Amino acid sequence: MTRADYTAIARWVPQQARVLDLGCGDGELLKFLRNERNASGYGIEIAPDNILASVRNGVNVIQKDLETGLSGFGANSFDCVILSQTLQAMHHTELMMKEMLRVGREAIVTFPNFGYWRHRLQILLGHMPVSSDLPYQWFNTPNIHLCTLTDFEGLCKTLHVHILERLVLEDGRAIDALPNLRGSLAIYRIKAA
Amino acid sequence: MKSIGLVIPQVARFDQLFRFKSGAALDGFELMYETYGTLNEARSNAVLVCHALNASHHVAGRYSDDPKSAGWWDNMVGPGKPIDTNRFFVVGVNNIGGCHGSTGPASINPKTAKPYGSAFPIVTVDDWVHAQALLAEYLGIGRWAAVMGGSLGGMQALQWTIDFPERARHALVIAAAPRLSAQNIAFNEVARQAITTDPDFHGGDFYAHGVVPTRGLRLARMLGHITYLSDDAMMEKFGRALRSGALGFHFDVEFEIESYLRHQADKFAEVFDANTYLRITKALDYFDPALPYEGNLSEAFSHAQANYLIVSFTSDWRFSPARSKEIVQALTDNRLNVSYVEVDAPHGHDAFLMDNRHYHGCVAAYMDNVAAEVSA
Repeated sequence: MTRADYTAIARWVPQQARVLDLGCGDGELLKFLRNERNASGYGIEIAPDNILASVRNGVNVIQKDLETGLSGFGANSFDCVILSQTLQAMHHTELMMKEMLRVGREAIVTFPNFGYWRHRLQILLGHMPVSSDLPYQWFNTPNIHLCTLTDFEGLCKTLHVHILERLVLEDGRAIDALPNLRGSLAIYRIKAA
Repeated sequence: MKSIGLVIPQVARFDQLFRFKSGAALDGFELMYETYGTLNEARSNAVLVCHALNASHHVAGRYSDDPKSAGWWDNMVGPGKPIDTNRFFVVGVNNIGGCHGSTGPASINPKTAKPYGSAFPIVTVDDWVHAQALLAEYLGIGRWAAVMGGSLGGMQALQWTIDFPERARHALVIAAAPRLSAQNIAFNEVARQAITTDPDFHGGDFYAHGVVPTRGLRLARMLGHITYLSDDAMMEKFGRALRSGALGFHFDVEFEIESYLRHQADKFAEVFDANTYLRITKALDYFDPALPYEGNLSEAFSHAQANYLIVSFTSDWRFSPARSKEIVQALTDNRLNVSYVEVDAPHGHDAFLMDNRHYHGCVAAYMDNVAAEVSA
């Protein structure tokens, strides 16, 4: 995640929002949202180093395995649930989508676009894609559910999820034309139907 | 790392009626305490460390007459340590009803000129917290930067934030539970039975007979100690090792674990008061902040304002991570600031007393932010 990604996400987070950041990493995004949007809430994380970094960043971090769902949180208890660059690494993708939109009035989902032209090119050349947004080799990647913009939008349709806004970035710059080809990172604002 | 060095315990005397939750009262009492570091001018950097079952006010440092007298949480509290005494003013206190200098069952009742013994009131976590609040006033501390403790000490930290929401900015609740399970209470009851059925117990008034219910105390301690360790940790440390290397076909000490338990039991029975042990286990059993709210723990924290760090240990089966998660749930239900860390440690309940880089790192990082907040 870069500052550009944070700024893009922050634009969609209302002032004073209650935020749940799923897979909050080092807590930098929550800290950014606290400073920029006066947002409060919790981060969920499982990796010990990230938990330590989040505590150091002074944000609320709760150690928990997201795959077990969000049963500890009531319906609509957050203004905004953020799933930043985590969806593609989850086993229970559909469950996660439903859970996010249960506990949050809205959700912001970001993921690396597998349809990005550089990714396509690498496959054409006979390799699994490696890029700044997909920085892993095939044998050590945590990403098991990679998708393109079109794929994600198809899932939203199946799950009756409304797409409120979409922002597609390449190196932090917004892409308008041919986003599924030219965009490396997708950011969606969604809500339950 | 450096220890705080030599420390000296102090006594605070309270000449006022102290009413216990049970309704019983004392006309006055004393609390034994120690302090480390310096209280800043704003009096904002004070940290209270609450002890668990068998510890005391002696949290850190050592006494000049005994080089082996390191405090029970010396790896946590000291210069450059997670609770950094270069920045914080740390207070350790022996709870009322204890046996390390504070007024307790072995103290002399001024009305009878004899030890209180069985007449000493049953104590609760609330009673301890209220006595600690008097000590805070005595020391001129209006609001703790943090109240912290492990196990039963963590329960006191929780109680502080319920009973005195404005007097604790942060609570560090480590290896605790929101209330005991039936199994927890069962273990305590066996320990109490061991003591009360010892012929030397004399209904709690053994002092007059010049005896101590050593057998009961030893059994209580052995049982307790088993619950503090994990199966794996015990196997790792002792295995099935035999002291003499071969089976002896007798009932004396054979396995190393037997030797270890007996040694722990002997040490404990020499210094610990049986009446205090009974009362502390009872305080554990009675602890249940949700009780006035029909069992709803979230309601119990509805007026709380503190920020929390909750820590549990994977191998702790006495107060397992699931118990800490109940606390976290109640806090997030109230939208309180809370971080929860589940430390991967093999030692069982006692892990909260051990060195662990991640555990200490998280506490240190948390307290760094507390220090910045209170300008320590």
